[in-house]
Amino acid sequence: MSNEAWEGRRAFISANDAVSYAVRLCRPEVIAAYPITPQTSVVEKLSEFIAGGGMDCQFINVESEHSAMAAVMGAAMMGCRTFTASSSQGLMYMCEMLHYVSGSRFPVVMMNANRTLAAPWNIYGDHRDSLAMRDAGWLQVYVENAQEALDTVLQAYRVAEDAAVRTPAMVCLDGFVLTHTYEIVNIPGQREVDAFLPPYAPGENVLDLANPRSLCISVAPEWQTEFRCQQQAAMEAAKGAIARADGDFAAAFGRRWGGMVEEYRCEDADYVLLGMGSVMGTTRLVVDKLRAEGLKAGLMKIRFFRPFPREEIAALGRRVKGIGVIDRDVSFGNAGALYTEAKAALYSAGGASPHTVNFIAGLSGRDITKEHIETMYRKVMNAAAGGAEREIQFAGLRWEEW
Amino acid sequence: MVKVIDLPDRELLYGHKACPGCAAGTIARLILKVTGERTFLAYPASCLSTVTSIYPQMAFAVPSFTAPFPATGAVLSGMAAAVKAKRMQDVTVLGMAGDGGTADIGLQALSGAVERGDKIFYVCYDNEAYMNTGVQRSSLTPFGATTTTSPAGKRGVKKNMFEILIAHRIPYCATASIAHTADFLAKVEKARNTDGPSFLHVLAPCPTGWGFPSDQTMAIGRLAVETGLWFLAEYEGGRVKMNLAPKNFKPVQEYLGLQKRFKHLGAAEWALIEGQRDREWADMRRKWGF
Repeated sequence: MSNEAWEGRRAFISANDAVSYAVRLCRPEVIAAYPITPQTSVVEKLSEFIAGGGMDCQFINVESEHSAMAAVMGAAMMGCRTFTASSSQGLMYMCEMLHYVSGSRFPVVMMNANRTLAAPWNIYGDHRDSLAMRDAGWLQVYVENAQEALDTVLQAYRVAEDAAVRTPAMVCLDGFVLTHTYEIVNIPGQREVDAFLPPYAPGENVLDLANPRSLCISVAPEWQTEFRCQQQAAMEAAKGAIARADGDFAAAFGRRWGGMVEEYRCEDADYVLLGMGSVMGTTRLVVDKLRAEGLKAGLMKIRFFRPFPREEIAALGRRVKGIGVIDRDVSFGNAGALYTEAKAALYSAGGASPHTVNFIAGLSGRDITKEHIETMYRKVMNAAAGGAEREIQFAGLRWEEW
Repeated sequence: MVKVIDLPDRELLYGHKACPGCAAGTIARLILKVTGERTFLAYPASCLSTVTSIYPQMAFAVPSFTAPFPATGAVLSGMAAAVKAKRMQDVTVLGMAGDGGTADIGLQALSGAVERGDKIFYVCYDNEAYMNTGVQRSSLTPFGATTTTSPAGKRGVKKNMFEILIAHRIPYCATASIAHTADFLAKVEKARNTDGPSFLHVLAPCPTGWGFPSDQTMAIGRLAVETGLWFLAEYEGGRVKMNLAPKNFKPVQEYLGLQKRFKHLGAAEWALIEGQRDREWADMRRKWGF
């Protein structure tokens, strides 16, 4: 299919397809991937693009996810823009490679179709896979719908390849609820994308015959701390790059997603729910309903989990009475990962902290209903008013009334 | 055919920290003399990485990097894809891994790369144990050898990588010995000129891990072949050619007796090893008709 058929048009496609079009528009030179539900249709679509001649890209059918990330690392090392995608068990199998890629500073972009982890085995969505990779040194961004998925892939390359960042990026989509749901999506034109995203310039971090270097080397204790400090500085620099990419994207395409976070009706809110991914769409409806009742509800969508929006959450904490955090995961023995980090950010807010409650919800594809979310707001209000609320709760638990 | 006298003086591996008498270092150095400056090199976490690439002292003068232990085959595939994407000409995508990195943890990635037909040249320098971590057994450790994890001597035989690669119908694969240098260099040249994947399995005697004086590396390498405990063969165009088929083997104890790792073996075990050797050779003669 020639680009003209879909470029700059509106299309009724799944978020996986939206990611595939976005990747095609970003002109990666090498893709390596291994199939896993619910990621598969992305790599199928990209294979189709390449086989049809519409995409000039080497596609490597690898024999495992570990090899998928190893192959894109090999290609990135040679100066290529690369892409891969995975999910759940596959992401776990890649784990070692995620650290290699980030530690050697290759701006690989990947999609993760969020799916829970076995056992018990299950193919449906939650955030336990990508959050288990929290410390792998990758940028992590969670999206709410298919349009945001497409736009975020374009922005992810911009941010990851920024000379001050040079850190890989993982774009996370809720399995099935996003990956397999069809929506109307605006597909940008190739020329506009080319203007937004120039070709990858690897700088000195490339294998070069004219200037031979050893990359991804061993580093002894006398030097390792300095390498790590640079990785941390790159993550902090990414915050500025994310804001710039969001601004430039808005100027070029007329859509804005908020950068690190998006606030919805938070200007004067007293009670705010934090969360990531598709559940934020449902939460908007509940905010509107509660607002209609005169309750000052709002939401903060955490887009980037890495780097973490410490400053944004601290600022929110200074002006609200209660904060609830929806976690589609749980770190057994503590709490949800987002809650743990949000609470730490609130500690540095200065002054009195708002009351906080953690809602563990939507595990392994369990629906999070509007009723659940409304209950969450009411529990946060109750806690803020001094009522008794358990700090960590499983939403909609079978043997509890919700 | 490449001649020793024609090899360039320029060293592309220089100033490494390998043990005296290390065959792996010599293998890497000689291979790079054949493949030349237009080589992209990957080696996994191994002796080779430890002695060449600890920041800030880098011993390779070609673009190179440390691959993750299980992933040499896969990173080579990525590099080969990049060579195509960047439309580079006349380059070698070279991998050099030890026996553990090839036959154990790296076998899956190697198999994948060869099955895909990617244009890569993969060398296994086989020192017959995990030497970098202090001599632990691998699947290429031979029968009877003591290692720190087979202190009573390994039970079970050495995996046959040559036949595993033949089972992939690889365009070119060969076995070699550093002590048979002309044969080794000729195979390096063939492998790098192969249009598709090529594999070279080189026996790399290790004074530290095997327990012999560091000036005996070549002698030990030669004895391995003369006793029939290692073989020199190549597979090309769907056929196996035995490059050296001794009519009479030297007694195995001439090889085993020089190494500490076999010093606990006696006449009964030597006979057992000779029996295994003779069955292997009879099998190879039958299959490959030499």
